[in-house]
Parts: sequence; structure tokens; C-alpha cells
Amino acid sequence: MDRNRLQHQAASMRRSLFDQGYLDEPFIQLEELQDDASPNFVQEIVTLFYTDSARLIQNIEHALNSRPIDFDKLDDYMHQFKGSSSSIGAKMVTNECTVFREYCSAENAEGCIRSFQQVKQDYAILRRKLEVYLQMVRQAAVSQKA
Amino acid sequence: MVLGNDASSSSLSNKNLSVLVVDDDPLIRMLHDNYLKHFGLKPLVVENGKEAVDLFQLGTSFDLILMDKEMPIMNGVEATKALRDMGATSMIVGVTSRGSPSEMQAFMEAGLDFCFEKPLTFDMIDFILKELNVNDDDDTNN
Repeated sequence: MDRNRLQHQAASMRRSLFDQGYLDEPFIQLEELQDDASPNFVQEIVTLFYTDSARLIQNIEHALNSRPIDFDKLDDYMHQFKGSSSSIGAKMVTNECTVFREYCSAENAEGCIRSFQQVKQDYAILRRKLEVYLQMVRQAAVSQKA
Repeated sequence: MVLGNDASSSSLSNKNLSVLVVDDDPLIRMLHDNYLKHFGLKPLVVENGKEAVDLFQLGTSFDLILMDKEMPIMNGVEATKALRDMGATSMIVGVTSRGSPSEMQAFMEAGLDFCFEKPLTFDMIDFILKELNVNDDDDTNN
């Protein structure tokens, strides 16, 4: 596939990530930090985000399965998840984390469980789309150098 | 070199500023480290408030400290209070994902100069550096 078409596809995918509300402004800042000195910066940050997220999702699941539920601990974990999500511009995930924390604050276990399912779903979709997008970007870059 | 209105974001004016990033989240540490490098700074990065306090006790001082609020061992509120009690005159900027007015007020009262909600943006850093450079100019003129 030629370079122009690859770049166009990557740009189109990027636009849809923003238009559909998966990403917002902080992600643009990440992209601005990527340069010749840090050519893989976005991928490195996103990979750290995946690692952070996997750990926190596991912690939240464990906390939700404990009886009685420790809502303070749950809130703390989700606060961390919200923090890292918002820092990379994962808008949809961040918003659902906020909803979760409201249920947590009200000690509404059912609400927390429902909301957490949504958080995991939003995160899984974002991760899939980001992986596809970043692969397109890499392919376009390789094609440019060829 | 001509310095325009954005002198604060010039690498030339920032290169002598010493900066400390205090955050327990490796992703945030990496992000803020790179944000600051984008502005020509070379920050030191530590994982919690106690490490920041230990550095100060060893005689290290910083022009700017970016302080997270929620950290293990010693949180940002405790660390900020400890640093001010020890006479630290650094600009300390709180960075927190807990954005309720009461939580930010409590953090401010510990001795912060400013408090921002995460994530930091380039505009926030630009503002902070402008304030730092203004303070630096005032000290020079006095």
C-alpha cells in the first residue's frame, strides 16, 4: 500500500477516535512530544497505560468480589485509573470512571458493578482502536523511509 | 535570538531552572518529565513525598516542585507542609486528580503556590514558568 494511502488511513482513524469521543486534548499533547529524539514516545506512554490499567482493573475486580465491599479502597483504585486515563486523553474511559466513583461514594454496589463493566468495555474498545491506529502510523512511517 | 511574548517557553530562559517531579504513578512521572523537557528543563523525578523531603534535608533545593497529592509513604499535603516547615522557598505546584474545590483548598493550605487538576497541559506549564521567571526577575531587581 502506498505511503499517501497509509497516511490518509491513519489520519482518518485518528479523526474518528476524537470524533467518537474516545480521545481528547491530552492525547494531542502526547503526539506533540514525539520527535526524532523520542520517536516512539506515544507508543511507550500508551504501553505504560495498558500496564497500569491491567493492574488497576485486577485490583478493582478483586475489591468488588470481596465481602464486605471496601468502598474506600474501590474509590482509591478507580481514582488512580481515572488519573492515568485522563492523562493520556482517554476521554470515554475517564468519564465512566467518574460515574463509577459516584456510585462508590453512594456505596451502591450494583451501580459500581454495572459501571465497572462499562469501564472495562470502553477500555477494551479504546485499546483495540489505539493498537490499530498506532500500527497504521508505524506502517506509514516505515513506508516513508522505504 | 529574538524572544517573543512566550519567553517563558523559551528553552534559553528555562535551562537554569531546577525542577523536581514528585508522583507515585510511573506513567505520570514519564509524562511530566517529558512535558518539562519540551520546555527545555531537566527535571529530577521521585516517587513520593518522603523522597522529596529527604532531598531537601540533604541540601538540594529546587526552583519548582510539581507535587502529586495522593502518594504512599508521604502524600503531597504532608510533604508540602514538611518542606515549608523546613524553610523551602521553592515554587510548589500541586497536581491532583482529585478536583473538588474543598480537596484543592486543603492542598493549597499546606503551602502550595498553585494547584492544578491533572492532566497538566502545556498552557499550565507555560503559566507556571512565566510566574517563575517573573519571580526570578523580581529577585534580581531587589
